[in-house]
Amino acid sequence: MSTSSVNTSADIPAGFSEAAFEAFLTTRDEPAWVTESRRQAFKRYTELLETQLDPEEYRRVDLRALRPDRFQLSSSVESAGAQQASTLLKEQAEFAGHVTHVDGQLISSELSEELASQGVIFGDLATIAREHSDLVQKHFMTKAVDTNTDRFSAWHAAFWTGGTFLYVPRNVVVDAPLHSLITLQAEKAADFSHTLVVLEEGASATLLEETASTSEENLGLHSGAVELILAKEARLRYVQLQNWNHKVWHIAHQAGRVENNGFLQWTVGGIGAKLAHIHQDVVLDGRGAEAEVNGVTFSTDQQVHSFYTKQAHNAPDTRSDLLYKQVLRDHARAIWRGMIRVEPEGQQTNGYQRNDSLMLSSTCRGDAIPGLEIEADDVRCTHGATAGRVDEEQIFYCMSRGISEYEAMHMIVEGFFQTVFDRIPVEVVRETLNQAIIKKLGFGR
Amino acid sequence: MSLLKISDLHVSVTGTPILKGVNLEINQGEVHALMGPNGSGKSTLAYAMAGHPSYEITKGKIEIDGTNISELDPNERARLGLFLAFQYPVVIPGVKVADFLRHAMSNVRNPDRKEGEKLIPMREFRKELRDQMSELGMDLEMARRYLNEGFSGGEKKRMEILQLAMLKPKFAVLDETDSGLDSDAVKVVSEGLSRLAGAEMGVLIITHHERLLEFNQPQFTHVMLAGRIVETGDASLAAELHEHGYSSVRERHPDVAAEEVVEAV
Repeated sequence: MSTSSVNTSADIPAGFSEAAFEAFLTTRDEPAWVTESRRQAFKRYTELLETQLDPEEYRRVDLRALRPDRFQLSSSVESAGAQQASTLLKEQAEFAGHVTHVDGQLISSELSEELASQGVIFGDLATIAREHSDLVQKHFMTKAVDTNTDRFSAWHAAFWTGGTFLYVPRNVVVDAPLHSLITLQAEKAADFSHTLVVLEEGASATLLEETASTSEENLGLHSGAVELILAKEARLRYVQLQNWNHKVWHIAHQAGRVENNGFLQWTVGGIGAKLAHIHQDVVLDGRGAEAEVNGVTFSTDQQVHSFYTKQAHNAPDTRSDLLYKQVLRDHARAIWRGMIRVEPEGQQTNGYQRNDSLMLSSTCRGDAIPGLEIEADDVRCTHGATAGRVDEEQIFYCMSRGISEYEAMHMIVEGFFQTVFDRIPVEVVRETLNQAIIKKLGFGR
Repeated sequence: MSLLKISDLHVSVTGTPILKGVNLEINQGEVHALMGPNGSGKSTLAYAMAGHPSYEITKGKIEIDGTNISELDPNERARLGLFLAFQYPVVIPGVKVADFLRHAMSNVRNPDRKEGEKLIPMREFRKELRDQMSELGMDLEMARRYLNEGFSGGEKKRMEILQLAMLKPKFAVLDETDSGLDSDAVKVVSEGLSRLAGAEMGVLIITHHERLLEFNQPQFTHVMLAGRIVETGDASLAAELHEHGYSSVRERHPDVAAEEVVEAV
């Protein structure tokens, strides 16, 4: 696949300077439009570095310790590393396809022949951008995530390393879930993976994506993007389970767009990372479009989990329903800023957002800020946020039944998440999230 | 045969003395009724026995077969065979009745069990749960609901009795289990209790009413006034109090009655 102009063994300097960018380009084998879009994005990135981040989104997210110049893009990777990442999902269910990346490099990719023969395309984005250049060009950062939003979207657009691509043709229903594993391995490695899902009219699929580190110690950076594009009556279940070690910076722009009567169910699990900030938009573009957003986060130690969510109703009769459940412990912080935006066209829409936090220590902190911006006059939009500690009376009740205080705490935390698990129809996801939570609850004991 | 013995028990809540020297002995197999006006300390005794952290034992002790339990955590007391049926059962959101009961049973049946160790086998548990629920006329579907969430008053009380049935304690304290129930529900709860309370269980029924006692004839009736047990009699004392109220008790114990805190209504 390599051409003479591509040098896959070239060393890319650390950081994201112009020199690093040019060296990075020499390692890439991609269509001219990709290179051109990278150059434009790099220019934007350089400009945007000089401007303020939107205080509405970033005021509560302390990024001062993020030093991009410490991290390094790799041009090759030891494929052995993929075995060491503790994948939570991979062995748990029958998948119709897998894609695995380590440090931004493709390790393996497979898709069942049956699906391939139906025209389903699934694999790594870098390869597919070459093999199906027009298809990728049409959807890549054109509809969902905008390069120009801020320095992070531009940074990602300039340096995206690869990622997961899924295309399901018209009326093709993919029953078995597809799986993508994104791994960080080397010390100070950077992953700029991009997930692009395109479902044509009436298509249906489930994609489970997880991120993991091969060691507990290595620093890492993820600057990512997720784009979910659903045509009329398409149905997508997308799960991203963020389970890096506690030394990874995770910054991502993620957006889903849904046309008439389409349905997007999007579940976000935030378990790992040192600091994670996710800008998550669901945009309902066609009449009857529907989105359900589930968030499950568990922040411990010094972790920071931040979400900036928007539910945009651009068409009539649309429905969005967001539920985030967040547990905090130790000195952790969780920040959720949510917005329901209804355009004048969005009559008869139903928007809902809710955030519940459970604090397990007196030193953690949660900020939940719901918001509504409604331009239409005939809508139903509600929001709510609760924050609380574990109720002493609940603990006592459990203990009076022979259950230890620690086990009672586990039970109550699992119960707290249960109401969001009840909304996730994929059992393997529920189980996986639950296992990750149980594992984390055991920390420090 | 096991013995629950309470001697000279003094209990304070946020620094205020509520119990001022309670003495009580319950043998396995006996049914005791504890009656008394509002505010006399009946529920305080129940909570102090179970080990609620807000109820501070300042003097005296509670023993099961000679082991002083008054310094033990509530779960350790439960594992020694003590059970409290709550007047106001707590909602545990997202925790299914069956899961809760299986954890509780695993700990009570195997008192040395540590967190994370194996639970009683699912098949054995399910069978017992099914049997007990059908004995209590409960819909099996209820086991899949979240504990006490959205339960009616009657459902909550029945759930307490189900837990009693599953945990099979040596000593059960029922704190106003009959309050807030219609007569059909009282009947179900009473019958359930009488079926369970055999030679293997000592029962302390805290009640204002006589209805629970109709099905569960107490051998002993204790009257509490201002934090002390002032009289002990047989089932006829319960009937008398039910009929005539506490004025005659107050007349017989004017010194204690003088200490009563009059609640503003």
